[in-house]
Order: sequence, then structure tokens, then C-alpha cells
Amino acid sequence: MDKKKLKELKLKANTLRQDVIKMLLAAGAGHTGGPLGMADVFANLYFNAAQHDAKNPHWDGRDRIVLSNGHICAILYASLAESGYLPKEELATFRKIDSRLQGHPARMDLPGVETSAGSLGQGIGVAVGMAMAAKLDGKEHTVFALMGDGELNEGSCWEAFLNAHKFKLDNLLVMVDRNDIQIDGYGHDVLPLEPLADKFKAFGFDVFQADGNDMGQVVSTTEKALKSKNGRPRVILWKTVMGKGVDFMQNLPKWHGIPPNAEQAAEALKQLQAERADIEAEN
Amino acid sequence: MNASLTLNPLLFEKPEKKATRDGFGEALLELGKKDERVVALTADLGESVRTAAFEKAFPNRFFEVGITEQFMIAAAAGLALEGKVPFATTFANFGTGRVYDFIRQSVCYNQANVKIAVTHAGITLGEDGATHQMLEDLGMMRTLPHMTVVCPCDYLETKKAVFAIAEHVGPSYLRMGRANVPLITTDATPFRMGHANVLREGKDVSIAACGVMVYPALVAAKELEKEHKISAEVVNHHSLKPFDSETLIKSAKKCGAIVTAEEHQRTSGLRAACAEVLTEQYPVPLQYVAVEDTFGESGTPDALLQKYGLTKDNVVKKALAAVKMKK
Repeated sequence: MDKKKLKELKLKANTLRQDVIKMLLAAGAGHTGGPLGMADVFANLYFNAAQHDAKNPHWDGRDRIVLSNGHICAILYASLAESGYLPKEELATFRKIDSRLQGHPARMDLPGVETSAGSLGQGIGVAVGMAMAAKLDGKEHTVFALMGDGELNEGSCWEAFLNAHKFKLDNLLVMVDRNDIQIDGYGHDVLPLEPLADKFKAFGFDVFQADGNDMGQVVSTTEKALKSKNGRPRVILWKTVMGKGVDFMQNLPKWHGIPPNAEQAAEALKQLQAERADIEAEN
Repeated sequence: MNASLTLNPLLFEKPEKKATRDGFGEALLELGKKDERVVALTADLGESVRTAAFEKAFPNRFFEVGITEQFMIAAAAGLALEGKVPFATTFANFGTGRVYDFIRQSVCYNQANVKIAVTHAGITLGEDGATHQMLEDLGMMRTLPHMTVVCPCDYLETKKAVFAIAEHVGPSYLRMGRANVPLITTDATPFRMGHANVLREGKDVSIAACGVMVYPALVAAKELEKEHKISAEVVNHHSLKPFDSETLIKSAKKCGAIVTAEEHQRTSGLRAACAEVLTEQYPVPLQYVAVEDTFGESGTPDALLQKYGLTKDNVVKKALAAVKMKK
């Protein structure tokens, strides 16, 4: 990818991070760490790698972007708004009564939300079902399934992986936010998953791993995974820093499920604006 | 008997006995031929749930997912959201309790057009015993928003129910048993989801039954007439949701007393559906025949029905009690 396009994507990710902070402050509730950590991956999906059309959310040829760890929906909503699925002003209604932006994504409420999610280990099954339908109909689009690594504790995920392999779903691309954090602490303390790449290999996936906060790697690894069409489902394990972009939020379990207060939001935006200036200054 | 419903003329002699799940398997195949959107999934129970014929005819539209019921429900939702009409099949206990949260979030909250068709419901599952004898499923499914719940009384009604739920757009639950049960209806008997059938007109008491209990209810009504000079109405409430409260109220007004009969726990099922409507709109004495808040056990279907009080005799007893309570 050329430097100019890469810079644009980094700026998009920065926009999404700022939108996430503003949205959570306005809501006074919600999950901060995950959305910040996954901003780079989402920016690449929505503004580069995935085929979709904000003016035609139900376009049958679109790539499906299925968020299974629904609690990080702030980054989904920010991505949809920045793409033009909804006006950016609407982000301020997040989690409020009568809002289309529910605390966990609601398929019936907002175009662009492929499935309702919140209870973990389900969206992945829905995504696999969608990939099965696409295979049956000979359709060419990709089904992206975004998951958390804590989510992988849920056994139903592995039921889905077994079947993804059985049905040769090489149109499925699972992306795991490998931040090693969940509510009760670090993943390796709560319920160790390693060796995770080996587990996916054993389940018959083509496995890719990269730094999910390095846009160059995000772009190239996504591209590489999409090209891998060998009759096997694909998974990218994104090593990310939860809370990426705001130093006092980074890598701390407490930032899984709380919003910033006014003071914290102001400091966060200050840091993100400084980061933006740095990106702008790149040549 | 209500002649306009064209019921089985051999109903009280030796009615043919057929399994509701056989009706399901045949109807699913017929449906699959008519509508290419129809797909089926099973979780390692294809033979028992009678999907083998569909699998043979449409191998690429049939998905064996192994013993992964939670995944099966989620995948069915995914298929439905992509425009398919999926029938997810397994036993009643695995297809409700085990996967409840998946039905709730991925099917009902998504309003995904998933048909959950289960067999082996109730005590008549028999020898496999309590772990498999699902007696709480009607209640569980009834309380879910956007869910349609149908419990057909015989093989022919089941076939019609399959076509009806396929035509209906929205989450659906079709409850069938394992055993062969008497044919009550004929091909000509009308079936409309949400519209109960008054099988036998009466005026002293009304028996609201579903599924396996419809036949004993009819036999009980005959006995009430002959032995007790009591005129009993019998209504087949095949649809638990949407529930035909209009027919229930009409029957309650006419007869002044209701007895419910179901192969289910005594709470949350048909008895609850009737009680909810009657207490609000037209309170009348309400007696019930159901499993008395207990798990089942191993046995033959007949021995179990007897031991757990799901019998014609108990329907008669409760009908007499209901009549006695009338003011």
C-alpha cells in the first residue's frame, strides 16, 4: 500500500478513536478499551479492505462484517457513522432511550448491524451460518467475524470453528482481538488460551498473526489472509493494546467496561489530537 | 363431533396410529421441493428427527453440524438472515433449554426466520428417561417475544403445521413427540395457526387440550356424556402462541368451566395461557391435567402416561371437579 493511503487510514483510525471517546462521554456508560484497541482494524475494514455501501446497507454483494463481541460496538457505530450509514451527530445518542445505537448492537434497529450481539459466542455462529449460505449460493463475498479473546472462553465458539472447517468455509475470515484482557483480569490469569495459534491450526484454520495497532501490518495481513483461499477458514490473531491511543487507559482490565469521565475524556482527546498532528506531519 | 372439521370417522374405533415426526419428515421433503430457500440442520439426530429423506433429496441444503446445538441455532439464524428458510432439528430438551440464550438473542431478538422443529418432547419419549423428557419447553418458548409456538395433535396436523410455519415469517417452534399417536384429523381438517379447532361442541364444561392430550380429551368427553350426562366441549389449542383467546373465551362463556390438558409441567404451558386470559377477561373454574412439577422417568409411553396422570380418567375427574365448582 502506498504511504499516502496508509496515512489516510491512520487518520481514519484516529478519527474513530476520538469519536469513540466523545460517544462514551456523552453516554456516561459503555466499554472503552476494546473499541480503542480495535480502531486500526476497523479503519482498515471499513475504509479499505471490505466491500460495502453505506447508501445500500443490504446490498447482497457486500462483505458481511459481523461483530460477535458486541460490547465493543462503540467502534462499530463510529465506523458506520464515519462511512455514512448514519449522521455523526447521532453518535451522541449512544445508549440513550429510543436510540438506534443500543448498548449492545441490535440488528433490527440499525442498518449496518449484521446481527445482534452481546451474549458472547453467538455472533461467530451466525457469521458461520452466513458463510454457509454464501457457499450454498455460490456468492463471492467475504464474511468477517470480529471476536474478542475473552469470548474464546465460550465453548460455542469452538463448535462454530469445528463446523467452519467441516464446511470448508474459506469465505470466512475470523479476526480475534488478542489483547489478553477480560473483565476479571488478564486473560492468561483468568483462563489461559495459549497456545492459541496452535489451537486454531488444530481446528483446521489458516492462521495469521500480526500487530493489530500497526496499520501497515493490519493492511498487509488482512490482504494476505483474504488471498488465502484453500478450502479452509482463516483467522487473524491481532495482538492489540486495549485502550490504545490513551496512555492511562492502555493495557488495564479496569478500562474494559467503563466510560471516561469529563476530565479523562478531555485528556484522552488531547492525546489523540497530538497523535493526529504526528500522523499529519508524516511524509 | 364437529362435522365441519371432517375428523377421522374411525376416531373412537381403531384409529390408525402414526408418529408426528414422520409427518414432519414427509412435509419437510415436500416443502423442500416447492421452496428452494428451505434448508435443514440437525445435531447428530437426523434419523430420529426424520430429516433423512430431505438430506437425500437435497444434500447441499442439509447441514449435519454434529452435537453442537448452540452453534446450530446461531448458524440457522445466519442462514435465515441470508434469506434461507432453515429448519433446525433436534430433541425438545436440546432444542430449547440447552440453547435458550441462542434462541433469545440470535433468533428472537434478531427476528430471524428460524424454524426450530423438535421431536421427542414430553413424557412419551419413554425409556430414555427424565434427562430427555422435556416438560418445560412450551413455557420457555411461549415467553419469548416474536416466537410462534405450535404443538400439533397428530401426523396430519403436523404436516399442515410445517407448511404453515414455513409460510409464516418469524421465529417458530414446532413441538412433536416420539410415539405413534392416533389420527384425529383428516386431510380435509382445516388448520390455521393461532386458530384453535373446536373438535366437539358441548355446554357443561370445555376441555382445552394440545398435542398428545387431545385424544384422551375426546375419549373423556365421550365418557362424560355417557356415564355422567355431562356435555363436554373439546378444543384443540394447537397454537400456544399466538394463542386463540377468542375461542377460549367463547367456550368459557358457553360452558362456564374449563379443564386444560397437556403433556407438560402444570405451570407456564397451556394451563397458564388459559389462566392468563380467563382471569383477566372471564374468570371461570379452571382445572388442569399436567405433570405435577416433577421430572419423568424411564418407562413405556403408556405406563408413563398412566403413572403421571396424563390420562382420559384424569380428564374426566378434573372435568367433574370443574363442573362442581360452577356457581
